[in-house]
Amino acid sequence: MGFFQIGVFLLVAVSALGVVRTRDPLAQSVAVSFYGLVLSLLFFLHQAPDVALSQIVVGAVALPLMILLALSRIHAQDEERK
Amino acid sequence: MSPGFLAYAVAAFVFLCGLWGAATSRHLVHLVICVGVLQTSTYVLLLAIGQKAGGVAPVYYGVPHDLLAVDPVVQALMLTDVVVEATVVALLLALAVQAHKHAGTLDPDALPRLKG
Amino acid sequence: MRTGLLAAGGAGMAALFLWGMAGLPPFGSYPGPYGDLLDSFAVGERKATDVVSAVNFDYRGFDTLGEEFILFVSVAGATLLLRKIEESADGEESREESEREDRQAGRAPPPTSDATRAFGVALVGLTVLFGLYMISHGQTTPGGGFQGGVILATAPLSVYLAADARTFQRIAPRSVVEWVGSMAAAAYIVLGLAAVVLGAEFLRNVTPLGEEEKMGSSGNIFWLNLGVGIEVAGGFVLLLSVFIEEALQRRLRRESR
Repeated sequence: MGFFQIGVFLLVAVSALGVVRTRDPLAQSVAVSFYGLVLSLLFFLHQAPDVALSQIVVGAVALPLMILLALSRIHAQDEERK
Repeated sequence: MSPGFLAYAVAAFVFLCGLWGAATSRHLVHLVICVGVLQTSTYVLLLAIGQKAGGVAPVYYGVPHDLLAVDPVVQALMLTDVVVEATVVALLLALAVQAHKHAGTLDPDALPRLKG
Repeated sequence: MRTGLLAAGGAGMAALFLWGMAGLPPFGSYPGPYGDLLDSFAVGERKATDVVSAVNFDYRGFDTLGEEFILFVSVAGATLLLRKIEESADGEESREESEREDRQAGRAPPPTSDATRAFGVALVGLTVLFGLYMISHGQTTPGGGFQGGVILATAPLSVYLAADARTFQRIAPRSVVEWVGSMAAAAYIVLGLAAVVLGAEFLRNVTPLGEEEKMGSSGNIFWLNLGVGIEVAGGFVLLLSVFIEEALQRRLRRESR
């Protein structure tokens, strides 16, 4: 395994730790987007282009979008409660 | 342990990270995202299983058809896995929004028990 | 106490992982027969150069049927969860009343910046084209129904971001999106049953195969990709519209108070 492959694996591990350690959900959506991109880089590197495309589209676009929409609804519910 | 053990170790590490985050979470949305991270550990494991040294992607557009390629079945499983992760997270987020609406709080420890 | 239990459980699990993974074959040596077999005959047999798509939609097409319906059902579930409680709590009249008040007072959501609008206009056409390209070329190059479907679903999202929610509701009305998505989901089953009608088993590849590396090649895979792509796009636009509708109406109601 070359240095680049080892580096990307370690980056995946560190990014996962970063996503979990970020407590604020708004900041976490950005962390999830970055983690999705790093994972898709891993998939590209290991000869899986189909899966990499799927991961980009889901992990970096659809997932943060749903998180932000859920947060906006929760915020609106909070405001209405006051 | 071969030098390729790193791939399996990263999969286990990501799994344990997600598990730890989900168990010590104070916010429902954070919990849902940690469950998502848990699911991504399976991608890394599946990717590592299907590797073939010196193999290329199993797409033969414009190249001779007898090149050595990595396993396509495992990649098909990963594709399904990615889509299912998106839907599971969507449904869990809808549940979190509903729980907040009824209980007024997003702390999993402070959610009231189900009334039968 | 919970942290202690978690640490103990985590340590035990890590030990199990290490023990299990030490028994796996080393990285890069895939031993199983199926991958090699598929690589050798998939291109010749199905005229599809993307073997992963061929596996997903032809050799294991039944699993993709299940996966498509997981997506469909979870979008329906999320829509149901978020829509039903809204109507039972507030009712139709108060929503219409607040919208009328809001229009009379001349209040509107704040205008978007010019940069966002320009970027959105440039992006919408490109996104639709790219999504359609990805859906229709699933069997020749990496891509396919799911990836292209989600890309296609971000086009109405760009419209929502560049314009306002009313434009979004006009170009993607809920009933039309629901109908189109359900029809595309049903098309998968109809194609499978067409194979049964023609005397083969469910989901066998019966439409003409065509040549390799051309767009309409590999028969069923092309049509299934189309159906799945439209269904996924419809599902995500529906999810989006449910969230946006509720957020918009709450803001309107709050501003009119």
